[in-house]
Amino acid sequence: MNYSCSRYELKCNECGTLYGNQPLSACPDCLAPLEIVYDLEAVRGIFTRENIAAGPANIWRYAALLPIPEGFQPDLPVGFTPLIRAKNLGKRIGASNLYIKNDAVCFPTLSFKDRVVSVALANAQKFGFEIVGCSSTGNLANSVAAQSARLGLKACILVPADLEPAKILNTLVYGARLVRIDGNYDHVNRLCSQIAEEYNWGFVNVNLRPYYAEGSKTVGYEIAEQLGWRLPDNVVVPMAGGSLIRKIRKAFNELIYLGLVEDKPVRFFGAQATGCSPISVAVKEGTDFIEPQRPNTIARSLAIGSPADGPAAAHMIRSSGGWAEDVSDVEIVSGIQELAETEGIFTETAGGVTTAVTARLYADGRIGRDQTTVVCITGNGLKTTDALQGRYTQERAVRPRLADFDAYLRELDGIVETELAAAGGN
Amino acid sequence: MSIKVTLPTAFIRHTEGRKQFDSAAANLSGLLADIDQTFPALSIQIKDDDGKLRRFINIYVNEEDIRFLGGETYAFQDGDEVMLIPSIAGGR
Repeated sequence: MNYSCSRYELKCNECGTLYGNQPLSACPDCLAPLEIVYDLEAVRGIFTRENIAAGPANIWRYAALLPIPEGFQPDLPVGFTPLIRAKNLGKRIGASNLYIKNDAVCFPTLSFKDRVVSVALANAQKFGFEIVGCSSTGNLANSVAAQSARLGLKACILVPADLEPAKILNTLVYGARLVRIDGNYDHVNRLCSQIAEEYNWGFVNVNLRPYYAEGSKTVGYEIAEQLGWRLPDNVVVPMAGGSLIRKIRKAFNELIYLGLVEDKPVRFFGAQATGCSPISVAVKEGTDFIEPQRPNTIARSLAIGSPADGPAAAHMIRSSGGWAEDVSDVEIVSGIQELAETEGIFTETAGGVTTAVTARLYADGRIGRDQTTVVCITGNGLKTTDALQGRYTQERAVRPRLADFDAYLRELDGIVETELAAAGGN
Repeated sequence: MSIKVTLPTAFIRHTEGRKQFDSAAANLSGLLADIDQTFPALSIQIKDDDGKLRRFINIYVNEEDIRFLGGETYAFQDGDEVMLIPSIAGGR
């Protein structure tokens, strides 16, 4: 169950051993996470601005630097989500050069997980797995279920029992088997590590993890390309396992190495919920280890108390000159509302975390007003509507008569003179 | 008193194929000392240069991360099921 490929292979970050291509996530010698390394010289002249621009309007335009097996024909237009200038939100929080990378509208399941799953499943097929699975806080479950259905793979997905109902429904609808585990994400994840050892299944974020994680790089490529092939000054990224923020950095470094963008320092800022903030705490305290936490936050998609990529993420953030912050559940809900009211983007709780943390970074002067800053919104608010329960009450229904409507508006706004009277009506 | 220890499959080449073994260790440092004696090849594998457990290995006691139970100060109870698992995580 392996394949050879001259373009990329697995490498241990700690001891440097190379492992070819196989479903393996930890170094058999030292148990450190494995990562994909590329022959970057081999893609020089191939991975160019011109070739990328001539590619499809999705992540496959960057296929030369993704671990995609020879012969794989991608057919889902994943990614290439909008990068929008956020003038209104910027005005509110004191930012004049703010952008939102909006993966709330990623195809096909409305979160950035579609990127990583598409790369992982391409490899699951190549390795010959007939059943794929994942441990998930929701978005990953949705994406594995949808994309495996399309590829004709069976899916078995494990989630914490208290997951949001919408995320459960959005998994079951694709015909996937979903197993609710009586525990938090860290319990689910530990169980999946054991299952992956005993069953011949391809777990996208366990034994396929090195391939899966590479899909996150496409967020970084897209940001640079959509900014006109230049890097931002700052990036604000939500953190759960700590993988995405490092992969955006990896993407930027590859673009610099290959000459697609000018080299410049980019500061990375991590966002967590205070109720699950092991990486943010490590950054603030300057430690190189992660003290695990028992998650207690409405931002369930970020609720990983023992993040494997946490130490590396904390180290990278500090070395970039960035910072990490965490916000309360109340601030998370306000963040969701603020982004919706200013930019018309409805994000899930994780996006509320990122928005609220961004506001605080500006308020605390950690990010300068005129710097170019990209905020990564990774999921859609339709999946976590329970977070807004009770925020909006449904008003009484109005009779379908103009006078009733006019009276109703007056009642709502407390206005004495009617709109109709002001307009000369009666 | 006895605890049951389960190892990841990646380690069984250092234990002559054994994935589980019993130990009479009273705590984590006792368990590591036990591994030193019984499986010296495994001992080299799971410790760093300072003789401490590598940071990529998590220890679970009856489904709970030992760090929530007091870590090195936790006293094993008779019948505890102890697992060594690589710290591979999902999420973003």
